[in-house]
Amino acid sequence: MKLALITLLPFLGAVFPVFSIRSGRNACASLAGAFTLAALVLLLTEVPAVYRGEVPAWSVEWLAPVGLRFSFFVDGLGLFFAALILGIGLLIILYARFYLDRRDPMGVFYTYLLLFQGAMVGIALSNNILMMLVFWELTSLSSFLLIGYWRHLPEARQGARMALAVTGGGGLCLIAGMLILGQIAGSYELTEILARGEIIKASPLYGPALVLILLGAFTKSAQFPFHFWLPHAMAAPTPVSAYLHSATMVKAGVFLLARLWPALAGTDMWFLTVTSAGLVTMIVGAWIAIFKDDLKALLAFSTVSHLGLMVMLLGFGTPMAAIACAFHILNHATFKAPLFMSAGIVDHEAHTRDIRRLGGLMTLMPITATLALVAAASMAGIPLLNGFLSKEMMLEEASHTAYAGTAWLVPALATLGALLSVAYSARFAIRTFLGPVRDDYPHHPHDPPFGMWLPVAVLVVPVVAIGLLPAIAEPVVIRTATAIVGGPLPEFHLALWHGLTPALFMSLVAIAGGAALFAAFDAANSLRLSLPRPEAKRLFDRTIGALVLASRRFIDASHAGSLQAYAGATIVAVVTVGLVAFFDAPHGAGERVPMAVNLPAVIAWAVLLGAALAIVLRHADRLLTLVLTSVIGLIVSLAFLQFSAPDLALTQISVEVVTTILLLLALNLLPKETVLEKGLGVHLRDGAIALVAGLGIAGIAYAVMTRDFTTISDFHIAQSKPGGGGTNVVNVTLVDFRGFDTFGEIIVLGIAALTIFALLDNALRGAAARRLDAMRQGEEGKDAHPLILVVATRVLLPLALTVAAYIFLRGHNQPGGGFIAGLIVAIAYIMQYIASGYTFAADRARVDAQAMIGAGIIVAGLTGIGAWLFGAPFLTSTFGYVHLPVVGEFELASAMGFDTGVFLTVVGAVMLSLAQISRVEQRAEREPVPEGPMDIKLKPEEMPLPVPAATEGAGE
Amino acid sequence: MSMEFLLASAIGTLTAAGVYMTLRARTFPVIIGLALLSYAVNLFLFAMGRLVVDKPPIIHPLATTYTDPLPQALVLTAIVISFGMTALIVVLALRSFLETGSDNVAMREMNEGANIESRGGEASR
Repeated sequence: MKLALITLLPFLGAVFPVFSIRSGRNACASLAGAFTLAALVLLLTEVPAVYRGEVPAWSVEWLAPVGLRFSFFVDGLGLFFAALILGIGLLIILYARFYLDRRDPMGVFYTYLLLFQGAMVGIALSNNILMMLVFWELTSLSSFLLIGYWRHLPEARQGARMALAVTGGGGLCLIAGMLILGQIAGSYELTEILARGEIIKASPLYGPALVLILLGAFTKSAQFPFHFWLPHAMAAPTPVSAYLHSATMVKAGVFLLARLWPALAGTDMWFLTVTSAGLVTMIVGAWIAIFKDDLKALLAFSTVSHLGLMVMLLGFGTPMAAIACAFHILNHATFKAPLFMSAGIVDHEAHTRDIRRLGGLMTLMPITATLALVAAASMAGIPLLNGFLSKEMMLEEASHTAYAGTAWLVPALATLGALLSVAYSARFAIRTFLGPVRDDYPHHPHDPPFGMWLPVAVLVVPVVAIGLLPAIAEPVVIRTATAIVGGPLPEFHLALWHGLTPALFMSLVAIAGGAALFAAFDAANSLRLSLPRPEAKRLFDRTIGALVLASRRFIDASHAGSLQAYAGATIVAVVTVGLVAFFDAPHGAGERVPMAVNLPAVIAWAVLLGAALAIVLRHADRLLTLVLTSVIGLIVSLAFLQFSAPDLALTQISVEVVTTILLLLALNLLPKETVLEKGLGVHLRDGAIALVAGLGIAGIAYAVMTRDFTTISDFHIAQSKPGGGGTNVVNVTLVDFRGFDTFGEIIVLGIAALTIFALLDNALRGAAARRLDAMRQGEEGKDAHPLILVVATRVLLPLALTVAAYIFLRGHNQPGGGFIAGLIVAIAYIMQYIASGYTFAADRARVDAQAMIGAGIIVAGLTGIGAWLFGAPFLTSTFGYVHLPVVGEFELASAMGFDTGVFLTVVGAVMLSLAQISRVEQRAEREPVPEGPMDIKLKPEEMPLPVPAATEGAGE
Repeated sequence: MSMEFLLASAIGTLTAAGVYMTLRARTFPVIIGLALLSYAVNLFLFAMGRLVVDKPPIIHPLATTYTDPLPQALVLTAIVISFGMTALIVVLALRSFLETGSDNVAMREMNEGANIESRGGEASR
């Protein structure tokens, strides 16, 4: 529980900064810091357990069938990483408070930062690799937001997009790789995967899994050839660069390799790919870093280089190399984050971070300069600082690693990498801070406020402390490395002096050579300029451009904007699939005893066929088509009645009425004739498609109906009365057994009605309104509201409502229920609209249809939730018998409440849709409103006034 | 001829007519086509419970067997939802006709109509 809380705290905290920024920048930053601090403190309470060798874990089931568990654990490695993320995060929050400008939206910044932090902690503490993948993607997304934080800058947007494309693409590979890994290991729990390394490495799927996972890790950790996104991500504010691109996110790839080390490392394939990628990245990154003039770009490439170093160490596959890697991760975080922050301070104070315009800052900002010089020296690997120790361990490991049979290759290249890093560190430190003071800085620099250099100082302390007394880092390194290796470590000690080892000589060569290279910078630079330099960004842009173009062409070709084409393609595809299946399987009539026909059935069948045929042949006449469609609807409801489905028959016939009214209303405004497509070919083609589809469906239906079957409905029939308290099994199924389905259905219905409302509510303005006005010349009967119809519908209204109440109440035991009752009520009201006109009916409507939909869904939902009070799951129903004096004993089921919700939603949805169309309709009514009996004249003042629609129209 | 044949052929006819109408170029026939397809689909689903006469799924002491209630329950909600769908596309068709003055289902012509309208709108403003 505690572990989940540690991960969730930053996410919780992410909610607050956007709001707390109203209370000021300090409140905002403090709140963000408080959540981070709380998470860190909670994490540190796990330290004793972890350092006793325990592995605290916590999990709950999530989606058991796919192997997804909400599962956390913390061992040495996870603890180390999570502490790094939260600790440095805390310092970054402090630093950013002073770094960000007054115009920058600080609340948003901290929200993004905390989201990112939570995702990173999640990666570090996840015990389930599927959950880890979720966090992994979250880091890609939140880093996208952070890099693009200055959204007004084109570089920021481009950099963010590139980072997302590369790391997100790698993330997709990683998902595939992790799924394969989980399949091989038979579990998605990390602790189990790590224990099955031998099985994994022996599997034939090891290769693909490894390649995919490495793609994910290498893109995230900016390994060659995916290194190009990291420098472009430097368009982010410096706190982001310092946090994401030095201490945390880019190390996620390294973390992943370390995490999966016991499961994947140690094979030739691992050694060759991981070591090569790391080695090449280390050298390429360092070489480019030397020549960068932008301080942040220099540091970015140096980070690429150091990540390469760590990856290479993991690639060696030996426990000692893993120890060196763990140690270097720690050291790199402590010296690189201060360097980024110092670069940010320089930029903040001098208004430039171009190395050619800087120099001599030692005199002007001594605190910053001192701290940065120490950190830079550590990066160069100067003795007595922590960077020296881990770099020497790296050289030591490299010195006895043979690559492809050559013993000298890795040591030589490792020394070269170290040499280059000395050169760029020297350039960074000396060209920025040393030398004479200049007088042409864009802004006169001085030391920043305390809050800005404090985080730098806090991190420089361990740089020196570990450098002098390596033993203090030993417990951390041992714990972390033990967790990486997943077994006992060889005996080792972190120490300054190991004797005259090969590594010492390599170090000396590197320092001397680096100094020489720095001195000969101009010569080296002209050498670089003479070499071909592939510009990764241009290649990337060109690739993206080509992809965009290709997809646009594809869309243009496939997206013709014709419903006919889409519907045709869909239907043809379905029919084709059906045909293939049809010819692949035995078909024909089954053995079930056929049911004899009777005359009414044959007559109804013939009418249906005739109506369908007439629709096809005469569909130019829309009114006729509509009438014929209703005929078919009636026959369908008769069919339901014939075959023992009274509920369906009732529903179908009521829906039929509503649909016909709806279509009539629409047809009043639409053209009355359909212009037929020209050319016999089109009709023949569509007819052929239709014929095949119809024959296919008829064939399937016949084949199914003539065969016997088994059903699960015996349960529903048996339980309907004892379990659901009703004898109408269909209704009990709707409101009880499958109540959740019905709940969803009424929500869909409500949404459809609201959409209709939205579509028509603003139709009375603009082009639509002008067209409606133009329609006001249609022929119209003199008596728009015939007296007989008006009187009859008003008399019928209470009767219809009584019938509806009856149908509703009996619904649980006899055919009926909320759906049907709702339709009947709606029809009764719609009849008032038809008979007396929209204005009359709308004026008298007491209940808002929208409110009715909402109330219906709420009532149904509350009935479902009511079950919780009794400790039962959502929508569990109950029933009891109530005795009333006159009525006698009757049954009351909680499902009745649910059915009330259904009823209300149906009434509301139907009323809203139809009334809304009528409202639009009214606009097109001929002026003036007919003199006829809009209402029966009881009192003179109830006479409806001529509606001033003409003035409305004139106002447009 | 059996009842099964009658129903199967009716379902097939409705499907064929529905598909043909759905492939027309104007909104109203498409709406009718979808309505016909809804009938066909509902009948088809209903038929999965096989044809049974005079055995409604209403528990009664004298009844021994019942028809399958489950397809009926599914079809009942399907009928109501079909209504919702029909209402929505009718209104979509209506609105698009009112906006563009065309009831063609192809996008290109509608766009041209919309352009003319929006130009008119600017002029009137």
